[in-house]
Amino acid sequence: MKTLVFVKQVPDTDDVKLDPKTGNIMREGVQSVINPFDANGVETALQLKEKYGGSVIAISMGPPQADDVLKKSLAMGCDESVLISDRALGGADTLATGYPLAKAAEKIGDYDLIICGRHATDAETAQTGPIIAAFLGIPHVTLVDKVEIEDGWAVCRRMLPDRYETVKVKLPALITVCAEINSPRYPTPMNIMKALKKPRAVWNAEELGCDPSMIGIPGSPSSNKKIFEPPKRNTDTRFFEGDTEALARAIVDALEAEKLI
Amino acid sequence: MTKEDYSGIWVFAEQEAGVISPTTFELLAKSIDLKAKLGGKDEITAVVLGDNVAALADTLFSYGAEKVIAAENANLAVYSARPYAKVLKELSEKYLPSIFLFPASPQGRDLAPRVMCDLRTGLTADAIDLDIDEDGVFVQTTPNFGGNILSHICIMEKRPQMVTVHPKVFSPIAPIAGAKGELIVEKPEVEADDCYTVIGTEKRVFEGKPIADCSVLVSGGRGIKSEEDLAQLRELAELLGGELASSRPLVDNGWLPHEKQIGQSGTTVKPDFILNIAVSGSVQYLAGMQNAKCIMSINNFREAPIWDVSHYGAVADYSKLIPAVIAEIRRRKGL
Repeated sequence: MKTLVFVKQVPDTDDVKLDPKTGNIMREGVQSVINPFDANGVETALQLKEKYGGSVIAISMGPPQADDVLKKSLAMGCDESVLISDRALGGADTLATGYPLAKAAEKIGDYDLIICGRHATDAETAQTGPIIAAFLGIPHVTLVDKVEIEDGWAVCRRMLPDRYETVKVKLPALITVCAEINSPRYPTPMNIMKALKKPRAVWNAEELGCDPSMIGIPGSPSSNKKIFEPPKRNTDTRFFEGDTEALARAIVDALEAEKLI
Repeated sequence: MTKEDYSGIWVFAEQEAGVISPTTFELLAKSIDLKAKLGGKDEITAVVLGDNVAALADTLFSYGAEKVIAAENANLAVYSARPYAKVLKELSEKYLPSIFLFPASPQGRDLAPRVMCDLRTGLTADAIDLDIDEDGVFVQTTPNFGGNILSHICIMEKRPQMVTVHPKVFSPIAPIAGAKGELIVEKPEVEADDCYTVIGTEKRVFEGKPIADCSVLVSGGRGIKSEEDLAQLRELAELLGGELASSRPLVDNGWLPHEKQIGQSGTTVKPDFILNIAVSGSVQYLAGMQNAKCIMSINNFREAPIWDVSHYGAVADYSKLIPAVIAEIRRRKGL
């Protein structure tokens, strides 16, 4: 079984701020990591390989430093990596992101399963997986928290707010996985050493055979018109004052006024 | 085809077993507002897919739809992404809507990206506000980078302008009994997806009451230092007759299950009272609870965004204050 797993590099913080002078995002000092749900995706692929055999290829798109998340994927146990890197791909919205990723899957060919995280923690669109599947003309299953392979089909359990739904999907298919599906393994020193010797490709848009009108900013129907800090909504908060005991009394007074006690 | 050939606002009316999702009504209400801001010419259409769904038209009219397109086929009886996407693409190409809104529910977020890809247009994800800006452009507000920054996303040239919209950010109108509109019944040809079958469902069982149904919540945030401290918050929640909830970090820690998470990637709540403890208040979190009737907060930092939505509060270290509050409640209750 050949599994492709898409991984994204995201900022490791919820504390990104806007530069008050320029209005740009301040990225200094912000570490980058593998999107946590994509680490669950890598773990899913590795567990399926251990159970059913085959190979796992990790794919990422981004600037050269996005290679770090591929190194991590290889150190976890993926067999090969592909970095899609090209300035022409920059500034892409979800459509212009899904397209080159689908082209990479086509170039690799004869895959059985494609795995993505349920969403990336930076933009949280949850769109890339279904878009890749749409470009490839294959079915997709979102929010998967369990998966098994049976004779060319994947049996997936979806975690929905009120119920679990079990879906049987014919391979090749794409799934997006939840954090609940597993706990991603840590790379071992042995695997970090082995990772250095694994096949690693870097492809640009031309090597993928991308239509230039469908990538980067020209290929993105949606755009960011402006970014801004959330407006202040309510400045008339009533603040309780005093030492701990006085604060506790004031809070409980308020709770009584709200008829909670 | 240019963008001027497209007009009208479409709302995907999400239904399961003949029950329309509440977010559908919220989107119809917002469409009335958008229509007015766009000059009043755009018709508001609810699009519903299923087997016998024309019967749902009256409900959709009563919540603000002026037109209902009911696409009926036995193969649409149960939701499946590819057949639904095929039909929505064809309907969209036939009727040319300018704006197409979807609930950002699991179904909406599963379906809309495929429709968008097939139509080669743009799709904004999980918007928390919709507006027509000073340039007359339809803009969608989304949080970014963990929620300290908001973006206005727009789709300038391609149509329809597609958006999934977060549940509970808009309020439905009071239904107008007997409201009428134009009903169009379509009978699209569509095969069932023989590659995708739902073979079973199982109700999820949760500990405690679902936080969306609670009138009182005590919610802990990133600043909670230990599981022992969290146990104190749970005790306080019980004393107030409520449930314990949290922002994302405590769920990421594994201290609470995902269903207790308030916020955009968790649950949106509208309790009568919420006490936020050591929650700084990311945009996603605020979007998940800002419609609570009474908001009280305890936080060390006077600058935390949580104060922007709080009615009462104390700038204090929770670890001393919460035991004192619990003791005071016990004293007054005579416990």
